[in-house]
Amino acid sequence: MRQAFVKSLPVMAGYVVLGIGFGILLHDAGYGAAWSFAMGLLIYAGSMQYVGVGLLAGGASALTAILTTFMVNARHLFYSISMIGRYRDAGRYKPYMIFALTDETYSLLCDGAAPDGADPNLYRFLVSAFDQCYWVVGCVLGSILGAALPFSTAGVEFSMTALFAASFTQQWLDTKDHTPALVGLFGTLVCLLIFGADRFLIPAMVVITAALTALRPRLDRAGKEAAER
Amino acid sequence: MTSNAHAALLVAIMAAVTMLLRFLPFLIFRKGRPVPAYISYLGDVLPQAIIGMLVIYCLKDTVLTAAPYGAPELLAVAAVAALQAWRKNSLVSILSGTAVYMVLIRLL
Repeated sequence: MRQAFVKSLPVMAGYVVLGIGFGILLHDAGYGAAWSFAMGLLIYAGSMQYVGVGLLAGGASALTAILTTFMVNARHLFYSISMIGRYRDAGRYKPYMIFALTDETYSLLCDGAAPDGADPNLYRFLVSAFDQCYWVVGCVLGSILGAALPFSTAGVEFSMTALFAASFTQQWLDTKDHTPALVGLFGTLVCLLIFGADRFLIPAMVVITAALTALRPRLDRAGKEAAER
Repeated sequence: MTSNAHAALLVAIMAAVTMLLRFLPFLIFRKGRPVPAYISYLGDVLPQAIIGMLVIYCLKDTVLTAAPYGAPELLAVAAVAALQAWRKNSLVSILSGTAVYMVLIRLL
């Protein structure tokens, strides 16, 4: 229990702060603490919840919501794939651990074994649960702050842009071939110019997937290594 | 505005699709079944492209044709990128970039 709590500490500050940012945004879009709590509890995916504020505010169609969630969260397929072995024997903890496998929880649990003497499944379950507690607390706190702050929070919506810009920069630094990042950036920009701000997201997803599929012979290295294994 | 029923539907969809994405690999690739090469290729390249897409998505309502010509957005994004490259601490980059933006929209 203590080991899991200590392991989860680095995520606490990030989740509470980003959760507060989400809660304030959602409040400004006209949805209060109950919505914030429900989204943090049920969706529990940071970037998707930020994007979700836009979907709610704009009254997006069900189809747009399905496709957007699919694209924004597609990376979770790959987190899960890499955890199949590690979570295999988690028993009754397994469903929740899979549900709660966010970027941050993945980054905490993908690197190593559980501490000596601890039940590895209970340990991973607790790390996952602590992380979600921080997130939900942050979300609800944001809703309360959004309603109570005496000064204008105009501009706080930029925290979402900053979140993705920081993540983009970090991935750029971590990779040698920047083609995928540039495909995402310019493919989307072109679709924005052609289709306009209200309906470019789905075309952009199609263009990106098609372009990356077409570029596969040039970009695929990990795939070949996997096939040789 | 969006009705509460439609909003609840959107939240349910986001929750269900997210859950599906997290559970699907555990259901499909049980013991020993290899992951198709195309899927692991997408897992390699898609996240970077999607983050690029989301950056543009966030900036979609930026007005470049009238003062201040998108300067707060562009300067704040540059600040985030520079801080991230320098400190490699996402929380610092996000908080500082947002603060820069909130100051700029009040000054420019």
